[in-house]
Amino acid sequence: MSVARPLPHDAAPLHVSGKARYVDDQPMPADTLHLAFGLSTIAKGRITAMDLARVRAAPGVVAVLTADDLPFANDVSPSAHDEPLLSDGTVHYLGQALFLVAATSHLAARKAARLGDITYEEETPILTIDQAMEAGSRFEDGPVIWSKGDAPAAIAKAARTLSGVLEMGGQEHFYLEGQAALALPAENGDVTVISSTQHPTEIQHKVAEAIGKPMHAVRVESRRMGGGFGGKESQGNALAVSCAVVALATGRPCKMRYDRDDDMTITGKRHDARIDYTVGFDDDGRIQGIEFVQMIRCGWSMDLSLPVADRAMLHADNAYLLPNARIESHRLKTNTQSATAYRGFGGPQGMIGMERVMDHIAHALQMDPVEVRKRNYYAPADTAVPDRTTPYGQEVEDFILHEMTDALLETSDYSARKQAVAEWNAQNRFVKKGIAFAPVKFGISFTLTHLNQAGALVHVYQDGSVQLNHGGTEMGQGLNQKVAQVAASRFGIAMDHVRITATDTGKVPNTSATAASSGSDLNGMAVKVACDTIRDRMAGYLAETHQADPATVVFADDTVTVGAATYSFAEAAALCYHGRVPLSSTGFYKTPKIEWDRVKGQGRPFYYFAYGAAVTEVAVDVLTGENRILRTDILHDAGTSLNPALDIGQVEGAYVQGAGWLTTEELVWDARGALRTHAPSTYKIPACSDRPPVFNVALWDAPNREDTIYRSKAVGEPPFMLGISAFLALGDAVASCGTDYPSLDAPATAERIWHAVRRVADV
Amino acid sequence: MSLSISLSINGAARDIVLDDVRVTLLDLLRERLALPGTKKGCDRGQCGACTVLVNGQRVNSCLTLAATLDGATVTTIEGLAQGDRLHPVQQAFLEHDGFQCGYCTPGQIMSAVGLIAEGHAGDDADRIREGMSGNLCRCSAYRGITEAVQDATRRMTAQAAEDAA
Ligand code: FES
Ligand code: FES
Repeated sequence: MSVARPLPHDAAPLHVSGKARYVDDQPMPADTLHLAFGLSTIAKGRITAMDLARVRAAPGVVAVLTADDLPFANDVSPSAHDEPLLSDGTVHYLGQALFLVAATSHLAARKAARLGDITYEEETPILTIDQAMEAGSRFEDGPVIWSKGDAPAAIAKAARTLSGVLEMGGQEHFYLEGQAALALPAENGDVTVISSTQHPTEIQHKVAEAIGKPMHAVRVESRRMGGGFGGKESQGNALAVSCAVVALATGRPCKMRYDRDDDMTITGKRHDARIDYTVGFDDDGRIQGIEFVQMIRCGWSMDLSLPVADRAMLHADNAYLLPNARIESHRLKTNTQSATAYRGFGGPQGMIGMERVMDHIAHALQMDPVEVRKRNYYAPADTAVPDRTTPYGQEVEDFILHEMTDALLETSDYSARKQAVAEWNAQNRFVKKGIAFAPVKFGISFTLTHLNQAGALVHVYQDGSVQLNHGGTEMGQGLNQKVAQVAASRFGIAMDHVRITATDTGKVPNTSATAASSGSDLNGMAVKVACDTIRDRMAGYLAETHQADPATVVFADDTVTVGAATYSFAEAAALCYHGRVPLSSTGFYKTPKIEWDRVKGQGRPFYYFAYGAAVTEVAVDVLTGENRILRTDILHDAGTSLNPALDIGQVEGAYVQGAGWLTTEELVWDARGALRTHAPSTYKIPACSDRPPVFNVALWDAPNREDTIYRSKAVGEPPFMLGISAFLALGDAVASCGTDYPSLDAPATAERIWHAVRRVADV
Repeated sequence: MSLSISLSINGAARDIVLDDVRVTLLDLLRERLALPGTKKGCDRGQCGACTVLVNGQRVNSCLTLAATLDGATVTTIEGLAQGDRLHPVQQAFLEHDGFQCGYCTPGQIMSAVGLIAEGHAGDDADRIREGMSGNLCRCSAYRGITEAVQDATRRMTAQAAEDAA
């Protein structure tokens, strides 16, 4: 069997030899045009005049387009049709695309794009959460509120209460390959687009609208991305649409990529947020009632903000039973980049609010934070308890964190190290240590129920080689490898007989974005269905010609055994071909059991939950705020892992990225709304030397109780939130400097830590 | 103004007329010489995706003006393998799965080749992490990267000892 094996990425030999092609590496015809946007330099206002004469006259410029030149839809929004490709005269954020330049080289296009002479009537932008709350600037009419029981009453009755506020910053995706797309005009006014996108169908849809044609006139291909992390779910629309429109207008191939600064200035990031909490609990630390107010900064257009904010609400409980809860969510509209999908999709924001509360309770009661958490956990699976429902009414049927927590505390030697940290802190004034445990329970499925579907197309050729295509996209997560493993297992053949081709809307239509960690769950199942259809046909034919029972035909070890006869898979394929057996099939899968009423906030939005837990130890220099992660231990639930090597890679990468979000990755906008941190020189993502020097990662190897592909679990996003343990450990180190609760905000930069130390210090 | 330079790229002598004297080595490789294996991550010397070897030293090709390279020897990821035989560093990245999306990989590998040649890090994991910290990997495949560099260092040292004997 090829599943459950640690096979490397399918494109590994290409990657190490520099032959793996990304969009910008495609050889292009000599007459290719290169595109660049002219960007707004104010955050809010109206354009009163746009003089583009100098742009048009610049060397190499072939065409300059404004909104008036767009032949059809001027919209690149994935949701509300509120995101013009080129400004319609209003400016919503600093960095918005106003006009489009096509030139003979990338450099010529970029240089010309700076020459626009734009006159604005400037207005005061709404930039911060406070400003937006004050102005009532929001999407939807008012806050979304979901509740369970009666939280205010429970809090009023509780033995103890406390409240607090947690601010958290956004996060730049910093996919190492920036946004890029190219378009090739085809006959009939059709167009082929190659895009670095997690969502080829969305690109196809938006391009079709923009060129005024049905979707069948547009073919979109995505071979691989140099990282996506959610940032290529909707943010690639603008480039692909631009290329397609100009390609059809000029009859020339077009290519567009953002330089890093432009990419960071133009595209949306993780939503930053503020969470207010009030909690009532008993003297043992058990929560009686809780109220969260989540204020989510969404930026200028709706994009995917509503489901992101929903998911923040859906993870406000994290791993804990909340007998009474009220969650209020404000989706705030601001004159900043339109915040978008980012690994975890709002889940991290909601979850860290809950983890902050746990920590705060533990501090107030002077209890071990792990103990407080364990007391509030959902009940273990298969035990009889009166209540195991989330605030949104889903039963938590598969809760395994009790066992996982015990196992991790043991392997990480938590108690002894907690003791050692306390001793160290008693003896050292300037370098303080901190240690923290954090659990993760993450819901798997798209919360928009209809997105939970996938298709696949599998061909068996007469020589026994297999080609397959599915709707998922490859961005480094190893999806293609996992899906190929599924196909190889179904046919009982070696991996090198299976080839996965680039994701292509012409092969598998109506796909969902590769997002919500659902890639292998959905596409793996669809491929399995397609393979099984072909296998059954082959078995049926071979059984008939050998007077055997089809159920006894065995596909294994590159051979097919039918009765007394054994054929190589290639021979079997040839026989079936000669027997006129169709050796090609589509496959389709839709996730069962889920139903969700997002307005009421009730139902079963998730098919299952994925779990994880981490212990992180840090050291902080209290004089400077400088800090380091010393050691991290992780136990993560990937069900029966399809590929342990890839899954461990995902867990490590996600943890480091999560810790980056909460520590060094700081986005700073100035008072005009300009993003000041728009390059790696000012925006610090984790480097090789930031990885914890001791980093123990293990998978919790137990099958998913739901019938997923080979009983595996999704693994792309859940471990991102294990990074919360690093943030909590920093808080723990700061707390050791005094008696007050540090209330550290995120990202916990050296500067914030320094201030927090000053706040809590008794001196 | 144009300028001609002669240099060796991946073992082949090239005479190149630069129409724009400000062109970087990175753009020259990617856009003129059809060598897109070297990647552009930031174009300002901050991510390492564009790392190549110039006269055996690792440099950020996005910060290197092609005009300064008359007479130089340039090695890119495309020139590392000997025919079908991968360089030991490439082999080690393959075996340790030192990547996810692969976009930083050519730069990581070239940087590792340079680091090993510098000889300061040896197979010490901490030093390797420091020595490789100019090459960002957003997927954080840092475990595989570090292990690959360690492993390749050991193999190359053993090979060198064998060759010397
Ligand atoms: S592209 Fe040269 S260092 Fe980033
Ligand atoms: S493998 Fe994706 S950036 Fe390194």
